[in-house]
Amino acid sequence: MDHSQSKRKPFVRPVKKSWWLKDRFYILYMLREGTSLLVAIYAVILMVGLLRLSQGEVAFNGWLAALTHPLSILLHLAVLAACAFHAKTWFALAPKAMRIFKGDELIPEKPIIMAQYIGLAGASLVVLLFVLLA
Amino acid sequence: MKRSDEPVYWLLFGAGGVMTAVLLPILVLITGILVPMSIISPEKLSYERVHAFATTWWGALILLATIALPIWHAMHRIYHGLHDVGVHTTRLHHYVCYGFAFLVSAAALTLLVQMF
Repeated sequence: MDHSQSKRKPFVRPVKKSWWLKDRFYILYMLREGTSLLVAIYAVILMVGLLRLSQGEVAFNGWLAALTHPLSILLHLAVLAACAFHAKTWFALAPKAMRIFKGDELIPEKPIIMAQYIGLAGASLVVLLFVLLA
Repeated sequence: MKRSDEPVYWLLFGAGGVMTAVLLPILVLITGILVPMSIISPEKLSYERVHAFATTWWGALILLATIALPIWHAMHRIYHGLHDVGVHTTRLHHYVCYGFAFLVSAAALTLLVQMF
Protein backbone atom coordinates (compact mmCIF):
# COMPACT_ATOMS: atom_id res chain seq x y z
CA MET A 1 0.00 0.00 0.00
CA ASP A 2 2.63 2.50 1.08
CA HIS A 3 5.81 2.44 -0.98
CA SER A 4 7.16 5.81 0.07
CA GLN A 5 9.52 4.33 2.70
CA SER A 6 10.89 1.66 0.44
CA LYS A 7 14.42 1.94 -0.97
CA ARG A 8 13.78 -0.58 -3.71
CA LYS A 9 13.05 0.59 -7.20
CA PRO A 10 10.77 -2.02 -8.69
CA PHE A 11 10.19 -2.03 -12.42
CA VAL A 12 6.69 -0.80 -13.16
CA ARG A 13 5.46 -1.92 -16.52
CA PRO A 14 3.82 1.04 -18.22
CA VAL A 15 0.10 0.49 -18.70
CA LYS A 16 -2.04 2.59 -21.01
CA LYS A 17 -4.95 4.33 -19.32
CA SER A 18 -7.24 2.73 -21.90
CA TRP A 19 -6.19 -0.84 -21.03
CA TRP A 20 -9.72 -1.82 -20.02
CA LEU A 21 -11.34 -0.71 -23.27
CA LYS A 22 -9.81 -3.65 -25.14
CA ASP A 23 -11.93 -6.39 -23.65
CA ARG A 24 -15.66 -6.67 -22.84
CA PHE A 25 -14.90 -8.37 -19.53
CA TYR A 26 -12.69 -5.47 -18.43
CA ILE A 27 -15.22 -2.89 -19.64
CA LEU A 28 -17.92 -4.51 -17.51
CA TYR A 29 -15.49 -4.68 -14.60
CA MET A 30 -14.71 -0.96 -14.87
CA LEU A 31 -18.42 -0.16 -15.22
CA ARG A 32 -19.11 -2.12 -12.05
CA GLU A 33 -16.36 -0.33 -10.14
CA GLY A 34 -17.50 2.96 -11.69
CA THR A 35 -20.97 2.60 -10.17
CA SER A 36 -19.30 3.57 -6.88
CA LEU A 37 -18.85 7.17 -8.09
CA LEU A 38 -22.61 7.60 -8.56
CA VAL A 39 -23.35 5.77 -5.31
CA ALA A 40 -21.02 8.16 -3.47
CA ILE A 41 -22.73 11.16 -5.09
CA TYR A 42 -26.15 9.90 -4.01
CA ALA A 43 -24.98 9.28 -0.43
CA VAL A 44 -23.74 12.88 -0.32
CA ILE A 45 -27.05 14.15 -1.76
CA LEU A 46 -28.90 12.28 1.01
CA MET A 47 -26.51 13.65 3.62
CA VAL A 48 -27.14 17.19 2.36
CA GLY A 49 -30.87 16.46 2.56
CA LEU A 50 -30.41 15.47 6.18
CA LEU A 51 -28.49 18.70 6.81
CA ARG A 52 -31.28 20.74 5.21
CA LEU A 53 -33.86 18.80 7.23
CA SER A 54 -32.06 19.72 10.44
CA GLN A 55 -32.12 23.39 9.40
CA GLY A 56 -35.90 23.55 9.22
CA GLU A 57 -38.77 23.54 6.77
CA VAL A 58 -37.59 26.32 4.43
CA ALA A 59 -34.16 24.73 4.01
CA PHE A 60 -35.64 21.27 3.43
CA ASN A 61 -38.09 22.60 0.84
CA GLY A 62 -35.13 24.17 -0.93
CA TRP A 63 -33.48 20.74 -1.10
CA LEU A 64 -36.70 19.21 -2.50
CA ALA A 65 -36.93 22.04 -5.06
CA ALA A 66 -33.33 21.48 -6.17
CA LEU A 67 -34.16 17.83 -6.84
CA THR A 68 -36.79 18.86 -9.41
CA HIS A 69 -34.15 20.42 -11.70
CA PRO A 70 -33.99 18.45 -14.97
CA LEU A 71 -30.24 17.90 -14.51
CA SER A 72 -30.91 16.46 -11.06
CA ILE A 73 -33.49 14.05 -12.47
CA LEU A 74 -31.03 13.06 -15.20
CA LEU A 75 -28.34 12.47 -12.57
CA HIS A 76 -30.71 10.36 -10.50
CA LEU A 77 -31.59 8.29 -13.57
CA ALA A 78 -27.86 7.61 -13.93
CA VAL A 79 -27.62 6.74 -10.21
CA LEU A 80 -30.58 4.38 -10.60
CA ALA A 81 -28.91 2.65 -13.55
CA ALA A 82 -25.67 2.41 -11.55
CA CYS A 83 -27.47 0.88 -8.55
CA ALA A 84 -29.28 -1.60 -10.78
CA PHE A 85 -26.04 -2.67 -12.47
CA HIS A 86 -24.33 -2.88 -9.10
CA ALA A 87 -27.20 -5.04 -7.81
CA LYS A 88 -26.97 -7.41 -10.77
CA THR A 89 -23.22 -7.91 -10.32
CA TRP A 90 -23.48 -8.04 -6.51
CA PHE A 91 -26.14 -10.76 -6.59
CA ALA A 92 -24.08 -12.74 -9.08
CA LEU A 93 -21.01 -12.47 -6.85
CA ALA A 94 -22.64 -13.51 -3.59
CA PRO A 95 -22.65 -17.30 -4.19
CA LYS A 96 -19.01 -17.06 -5.34
CA ALA A 97 -17.91 -15.08 -2.29
CA MET A 98 -19.83 -17.27 0.16
CA ARG A 99 -19.68 -20.89 -0.79
CA ILE A 100 -22.38 -22.68 1.18
CA PHE A 101 -22.32 -26.45 1.37
CA LYS A 102 -25.19 -28.76 2.09
CA GLY A 103 -23.43 -31.88 3.28
CA ASP A 104 -20.74 -32.43 0.66
CA GLU A 105 -22.66 -30.67 -2.09
CA LEU A 106 -22.08 -27.04 -2.99
CA ILE A 107 -25.43 -25.27 -3.11
CA PRO A 108 -26.00 -24.18 -6.74
CA GLU A 109 -25.75 -20.50 -7.60
CA LYS A 110 -29.10 -20.02 -9.28
CA PRO A 111 -31.44 -20.27 -6.26
CA ILE A 112 -29.13 -18.02 -4.22
CA ILE A 113 -29.17 -15.38 -6.96
CA MET A 114 -32.94 -15.70 -7.38
CA ALA A 115 -33.49 -15.35 -3.63
CA GLN A 116 -31.63 -12.04 -3.71
CA TYR A 117 -33.81 -10.71 -6.54
CA ILE A 118 -36.85 -11.70 -4.49
CA GLY A 119 -35.30 -9.85 -1.54
CA LEU A 120 -34.79 -6.77 -3.74
CA ALA A 121 -38.40 -6.90 -4.93
CA GLY A 122 -39.70 -7.38 -1.38
CA ALA A 123 -37.58 -4.58 0.07
CA SER A 124 -38.58 -2.20 -2.74
CA LEU A 125 -42.25 -2.97 -2.23
CA VAL A 126 -42.00 -2.41 1.52
CA VAL A 127 -40.26 0.97 1.06
CA LEU A 128 -42.74 2.05 -1.63
CA LEU A 129 -45.76 1.08 0.48
CA PHE A 130 -44.24 2.77 3.52
CA VAL A 131 -43.74 6.05 1.62
CA LEU A 132 -47.20 5.90 0.05
CA LEU A 133 -49.26 4.73 3.02
CA ALA A 134 -47.48 5.61 6.24
CA MET B 1 3.60 -7.31 12.27
CA LYS B 2 0.86 -4.76 12.55
CA ARG B 3 -2.61 -6.13 12.22
CA SER B 4 -4.32 -5.16 8.97
CA ASP B 5 -7.31 -2.86 9.24
CA GLU B 6 -8.57 -4.14 5.89
CA PRO B 7 -11.24 -6.51 7.39
CA VAL B 8 -13.03 -3.51 8.93
CA TYR B 9 -13.21 -1.73 5.58
CA TRP B 10 -14.16 -4.91 3.81
CA LEU B 11 -17.05 -5.50 6.23
CA LEU B 12 -18.34 -1.97 5.68
CA PHE B 13 -17.83 -2.46 1.94
CA GLY B 14 -19.88 -5.65 2.06
CA ALA B 15 -22.68 -4.20 4.16
CA GLY B 16 -22.74 -1.13 1.91
CA GLY B 17 -22.84 -3.36 -1.15
CA VAL B 18 -25.96 -5.10 0.13
CA MET B 19 -27.55 -1.77 1.02
CA THR B 20 -26.73 -0.31 -2.40
CA ALA B 21 -28.14 -3.36 -4.17
CA VAL B 22 -31.30 -3.88 -2.12
CA LEU B 23 -32.49 -0.51 -0.80
CA LEU B 24 -30.86 2.22 -2.88
CA PRO B 25 -32.62 1.52 -6.21
CA ILE B 26 -36.09 2.17 -4.78
CA LEU B 27 -34.86 5.12 -2.72
CA VAL B 28 -33.22 6.80 -5.72
CA LEU B 29 -36.36 6.15 -7.72
CA ILE B 30 -38.57 7.77 -5.06
CA THR B 31 -36.41 10.70 -3.87
CA GLY B 32 -34.68 11.51 -7.15
CA ILE B 33 -37.23 10.73 -9.85
CA LEU B 34 -40.84 9.95 -8.83
CA VAL B 35 -41.29 12.68 -6.20
CA PRO B 36 -39.43 15.43 -8.12
CA MET B 37 -41.58 14.61 -11.19
CA SER B 38 -44.70 14.62 -8.98
CA ILE B 39 -45.55 11.07 -10.03
CA ILE B 40 -45.62 10.45 -6.29
CA SER B 41 -47.08 13.47 -4.50
CA PRO B 42 -44.23 15.63 -3.06
CA GLU B 43 -46.46 15.77 0.02
CA LYS B 44 -45.18 12.24 0.79
CA LEU B 45 -41.71 13.70 1.34
CA SER B 46 -42.91 16.80 3.15
CA TYR B 47 -40.82 18.32 5.93
CA GLU B 48 -43.27 17.17 8.65
CA ARG B 49 -43.31 13.57 7.46
CA VAL B 50 -39.57 13.23 6.88
CA HIS B 51 -38.77 15.02 10.13
CA ALA B 52 -41.14 12.78 12.07
CA PHE B 53 -39.48 9.72 10.47
CA ALA B 54 -35.94 10.95 11.13
CA THR B 55 -36.66 11.60 14.81
CA THR B 56 -37.80 8.08 15.66
CA TRP B 57 -34.96 5.81 16.78
CA TRP B 58 -35.63 3.29 14.02
CA GLY B 59 -36.06 5.97 11.34
CA ALA B 60 -32.77 7.54 12.39
CA LEU B 61 -31.05 4.16 12.27
CA ILE B 62 -32.39 3.47 8.78
CA LEU B 63 -31.30 6.91 7.54
CA LEU B 64 -27.85 6.47 9.08
CA ALA B 65 -27.48 3.07 7.43
CA THR B 66 -28.65 4.37 4.03
CA ILE B 67 -26.06 7.15 4.10
CA ALA B 68 -23.09 5.64 5.96
CA LEU B 69 -22.96 2.13 4.49
CA PRO B 70 -23.13 3.13 0.79
CA ILE B 71 -20.49 5.85 1.25
CA TRP B 72 -18.05 3.37 2.86
CA HIS B 73 -18.84 0.92 0.09
CA ALA B 74 -18.27 3.51 -2.61
CA MET B 75 -15.08 5.02 -1.15
CA HIS B 76 -13.59 1.56 -0.66
CA ARG B 77 -14.21 0.82 -4.33
CA ILE B 78 -12.89 4.20 -5.42
CA TYR B 79 -9.73 3.73 -3.32
CA HIS B 80 -9.00 0.32 -4.82
CA GLY B 81 -10.09 1.53 -8.25
CA LEU B 82 -7.35 4.17 -8.25
CA HIS B 83 -4.91 1.40 -9.11
CA ASP B 84 -6.97 0.51 -12.18
CA VAL B 85 -6.73 4.05 -13.54
CA GLY B 86 -2.96 4.13 -13.09
CA VAL B 87 -2.59 5.79 -9.68
CA HIS B 88 -0.04 4.24 -7.34
CA THR B 89 -1.82 4.67 -4.05
CA THR B 90 -0.09 6.03 -0.98
CA ARG B 91 -1.20 6.55 2.63
CA LEU B 92 -2.57 9.91 1.56
CA HIS B 93 -5.03 8.35 -0.92
CA HIS B 94 -6.06 5.98 1.85
CA TYR B 95 -6.69 8.82 4.30
CA VAL B 96 -8.57 10.93 1.75
CA CYS B 97 -10.87 8.10 0.61
CA TYR B 98 -11.71 6.58 3.98
CA GLY B 99 -11.54 10.00 5.65
CA PHE B 100 -14.25 11.23 3.29
CA ALA B 101 -16.43 8.20 4.08
CA PHE B 102 -15.86 8.82 7.78
CA LEU B 103 -16.75 12.51 7.49
CA VAL B 104 -19.99 11.85 5.60
CA SER B 105 -21.15 9.17 8.05
CA ALA B 106 -20.08 11.21 11.10
CA ALA B 107 -22.01 14.20 9.72
CA ALA B 108 -25.11 12.06 9.21
CA LEU B 109 -24.83 10.64 12.73
CA THR B 110 -24.31 14.10 14.28
CA LEU B 111 -27.28 15.60 12.43
CA LEU B 112 -29.55 12.71 13.43
CA VAL B 113 -28.52 12.85 17.08
CA GLN B 114 -28.88 16.63 17.12
CA MET B 115 -32.41 16.44 15.66
CA PHE B 116 -33.50 13.67 18.01
